[in-house]
Amino acid sequence: MNNLTKQEIAGLAEHLESAELQAFEVTKITDEYPDMTYRDAFDIQWEIRRRKEARGHKIVGMKMGLTSWAKMAQMGVEQPCYGFLADYFAVADGADIEHDKLIHPKIEAELAFVTKEPLKGPGIHIADVLRATDFIMPAVEIIDSRYKDFKFDLKSVIADNSSSTRFISGGTMAKPSDLDLKNLGVVMEINGEVVQTGAGAAVLGHPASSVAMLANMLAERDEEIPAGTFIMIGAITAAVQVNKGDNFCVRYQGLGTVSGKFV
Amino acid sequence: MNQSTIQLCGDELFEALQASKSVAPFTERYPEITIDDAYHISLRFLERRVTAGARVIGKKIGITSKAVQQALKVDQPDFGFLTDDMAFSQGEEMPISGKLIAPKAEGEVAFVLEKDLLGPGITNADVLAATAFVLPCFEVVDSRIENWQIKIQDTIADNASCGLFILGDKAVSPADVDLSTCGMVVEKNGQLLSTGAGAAALGSPVNCVTWLANKLGEYGIPLKAGEVILSGSLVPLEPVAPGDFMTVSIGGIGSASVRFT
Repeated sequence: MNNLTKQEIAGLAEHLESAELQAFEVTKITDEYPDMTYRDAFDIQWEIRRRKEARGHKIVGMKMGLTSWAKMAQMGVEQPCYGFLADYFAVADGADIEHDKLIHPKIEAELAFVTKEPLKGPGIHIADVLRATDFIMPAVEIIDSRYKDFKFDLKSVIADNSSSTRFISGGTMAKPSDLDLKNLGVVMEINGEVVQTGAGAAVLGHPASSVAMLANMLAERDEEIPAGTFIMIGAITAAVQVNKGDNFCVRYQGLGTVSGKFV
Repeated sequence: MNQSTIQLCGDELFEALQASKSVAPFTERYPEITIDDAYHISLRFLERRVTAGARVIGKKIGITSKAVQQALKVDQPDFGFLTDDMAFSQGEEMPISGKLIAPKAEGEVAFVLEKDLLGPGITNADVLAATAFVLPCFEVVDSRIENWQIKIQDTIADNASCGLFILGDKAVSPADVDLSTCGMVVEKNGQLLSTGAGAAALGSPVNCVTWLANKLGEYGIPLKAGEVILSGSLVPLEPVAPGDFMTVSIGGIGSASVRFT
């Protein structure tokens, strides 16, 4: 159900996308529109996606957010959220990331699934995901909420494309059957110091359940995950703030490393 | 501290252990206590346990996380002694009532040695070469010091707050697992509790064992072939109560479970 008009949705999409493109903070949109629904929030996100595609950008993947039980409890929600990845979000492994183009970026250690068959919900479960997965590879997501001090509610963050801004994938690819995804360890280092450690189970108990949930959430809009989609599953570690000059390296059990530097 | 005070403190801890009762922090009663004094108290505490029939089967390393080191205002770990009466096997129930005071469980990697290691000068390569295998492990720490009100000297004197431990049955060669990135998942009563990875303990569990071999070398004590070395927690400590059931699994190693009664 929508409580916002088409004009309001278009206006909010432009507002939030401008904040992203020009790197300025805004207050959370539910302050002004307390009655907006989850449908409104996703409509705003899809309108931002449409705007980017209309300017010639390609959508190169999807991401899941708020995928730890602890984070969901903290936000008082029972579902994670998703967002899309545009072509210019991709940063090469080891490359420089321009801090000035972002507002207050944080990094998260994640894994990415690449599918070889479509996944269409509802009713998608872990086994469906593992069967449809071509390979898994390490990924680091840089998130950058457009909201002041990263303070938001679930509807506001959904409208803001779930804080997506940049991502890096790299390391070694592996078949899901060759990995112990639940126990797969990650170690995040910033400037050579270990700052976070975690294991795959931190994401909804099993990394594949995040992809299943994405397929089931997309089904609510009659959308599916096409074959060949790159999907980031959500944070295995807590998000860590990074400053200009910081370099980072995330090490993955059996899957190598992903690195980058903020300049 | 003089020799008789050290002996007194060690005896006090032994009696507290026997009675499952806690004592006031030594750092409050003996403000002059040094870390070296604390280790001598720990040795006296051990002497009493051995005289009463316990056998030393290994060592434990504690305070291996940066957060705990900062909380205790230290920049290095500590260690204690494992005796046979602390060891539990898979499937055995671990008694809290009447045995432990304020127990907390932590998931660790346990090393079992096949060669002696005597510091100083021990490197990670020496430790890996001397390790027969690694195992998943729950250490259940406990404090004989009132309400866990510990400063570094208190916990060192109190056998590094060691309580009991339980090893998993899956033994893996250290050559077959990356101990720095291996992931750990701890579940309590069927729900995910915490995750971590090897690097949470001083960058790698191997670093912890190397540190211990060199530290014990200062006292002329070797790590011996056959000993079990608990290398330090990879996740935050979790208070446990009778009825709790916990499982730890480590990527590339295996899992261990414990039920508390």
